[in-house]
Amino acid sequence: MMTLVVNGVPHQLDIDPSTPLLYALRNQLGLHGAKFGCGLGQCGACTVIVGDEPVFSCLLPVAAVGTRPVRTIEGLGTVDKPGKLQQAFIDRQAAQCGYCIAGMVMRAQALLERVPSPTDEQIRAHMEPNLCRCGTHMRILAAIREAGQHA
Amino acid sequence: MKTRSIGLSAWLCVLACTAFVAATSCWFVHPLFAATAVAEAPIASPAADETATLKRGAELAAIGDCVVCHTAKHDAPFAGGRPLDTPFGVIYSTNITPDRQTGIGAWSLDDFKQAMRRGVSRDGHLLYPAFPYPHFTHMTDADIAAVYAYLMSRDAVQATAPANRLMFPLGFRPLIAVWNLFFLNRGVEPDGASFAAAATSTSTPTASHEEQLLRGRYLIDGPAHCAACHTPMNLLGAEKRDEAFDGNVIEGWQAPALTTLLRAPKPWTHDQLTAYLRTGLVDQHGASAGPMRPVTQSLADASDADVDAMATYLLSLQTASATALTDAAPQEAQAQTQTTPPDNMHVQNGAVLFSATCASCHAAHAPMTTFGDRPSLALSTAVNAQDPRNALRLILDGIPNERGTRGPYMPAFAGTLTDAQIADLAAYLRANFSSQPAWNLDAANVEKLRQETSEP
Repeated sequence: MMTLVVNGVPHQLDIDPSTPLLYALRNQLGLHGAKFGCGLGQCGACTVIVGDEPVFSCLLPVAAVGTRPVRTIEGLGTVDKPGKLQQAFIDRQAAQCGYCIAGMVMRAQALLERVPSPTDEQIRAHMEPNLCRCGTHMRILAAIREAGQHA
Repeated sequence: MKTRSIGLSAWLCVLACTAFVAATSCWFVHPLFAATAVAEAPIASPAADETATLKRGAELAAIGDCVVCHTAKHDAPFAGGRPLDTPFGVIYSTNITPDRQTGIGAWSLDDFKQAMRRGVSRDGHLLYPAFPYPHFTHMTDADIAAVYAYLMSRDAVQATAPANRLMFPLGFRPLIAVWNLFFLNRGVEPDGASFAAAATSTSTPTASHEEQLLRGRYLIDGPAHCAACHTPMNLLGAEKRDEAFDGNVIEGWQAPALTTLLRAPKPWTHDQLTAYLRTGLVDQHGASAGPMRPVTQSLADASDADVDAMATYLLSLQTASATALTDAAPQEAQAQTQTTPPDNMHVQNGAVLFSATCASCHAAHAPMTTFGDRPSLALSTAVNAQDPRNALRLILDGIPNERGTRGPYMPAFAGTLTDAQIADLAAYLRANFSSQPAWNLDAANVEKLRQETSEP
């Protein structure tokens, strides 16, 4: 048995310690925001925040999370009451197919917590690990910029 | 960055010598002397028949990696401003674009030659040897002229480098004259001149072995300045001549010894060296990373013949004792089948981490190891190295995917894994993939490397 604190709630899990965090979130906890993309740390669709760092949850075994709190996109807001960054993504219509968006939002969230009003250069450098196949990068950048301006 | 303390006696020696030099040859270090002697250069205007010279200059600039240190921003190549973290403080590279105010646009060829040969700037101030003029001094007139022509053909960028931040009293540049007295051996390298002058005819793939060796030595000791990173430095930041190419720590990474290439799990061959130097990736050894990555990216623009010659010379540097050790190589193949010592908790923790964090790319039959020329970790230079530094750096920093460049990529795990986890992972890699003795790491070792950064 191990304890995993996700979005502020502790969960007792009885799983193989080498299970990637992404599988635990999706299969055991039913949190389907983070997506499986490449399984290699090359696309960022699985990005969640562990401690205060954005991580590829497909590459992190649950055993390695330890006591660090995990935050997923479900922790930022709800459909009725989206968080500030989520609202900016909606306002800017940053999603096309949407598969990358949960990862994009969580990586951007980690940046905004560290740098409330990042420059374009900081946003681009920070978001580099995450890919969008539809090509909505300019809208994603605009959404992050907007959320940053309202900081 | 590894720092060294300067011995008091060394400084007393320097100060005494400075006084001597200042008294006897003040004209040499006095800026006014040089400044009055140099006339404004005419604006360079390359003509069509200079194409060959420009091409040669571009190739030499690639071999010399000029752009790597002299670029801070992607969109302003050669405009300088990149901080170089040295044991003596931070030095910012200068603007070498043809901008007349902030770059070298007003420099004549003779001014440029003076900087390359003697480390003296156009206005007479002495340049710090972080600029590798102790190597460039060996280049032929023709090659220096080609590099000059190439740099003058670049876009002019107006940019002034920030002020250096050096430990007292190194901000006082005339001190460098003393350093030069001891460590600058001027003069074109013997034999390099004739081959460089006739580069196209002498270094074709049909050139004889001796010709290649000479050409390779000229390139490695001159423009490529490999020893600047791969040779240990003395307390005054000069290369130790009796330990040439024995390896050094640069920007937080181990620049491996270049004299033990035959001690690798699979001894380096000429073909592997040329492939590595030109592409940054070679099966049976690994990918270039850290400060070596931009070097291999730059060498992609060098000529085949020149890189061939460099590989030939590098292989000639191998020590006899290294050759004898190659018999041990077949053991490496069995390393992967070694069973994990069951009594080692760290290795066991590392195995769990490996299976989720690394295995999708690095497990024995992962697609990433069977596609392309990616070597197994059992052959990895970093995993088999005596010093764990590069293996830890790779886990911490990964291999970044730089804009507009192709090549190997690895995610950084500095933000994902804790120091203790990275130490465990390294212990597992060493136990499972290498037959070399364990590294015996703990979290403190990783913590120390984590604090080191290449750019302040």
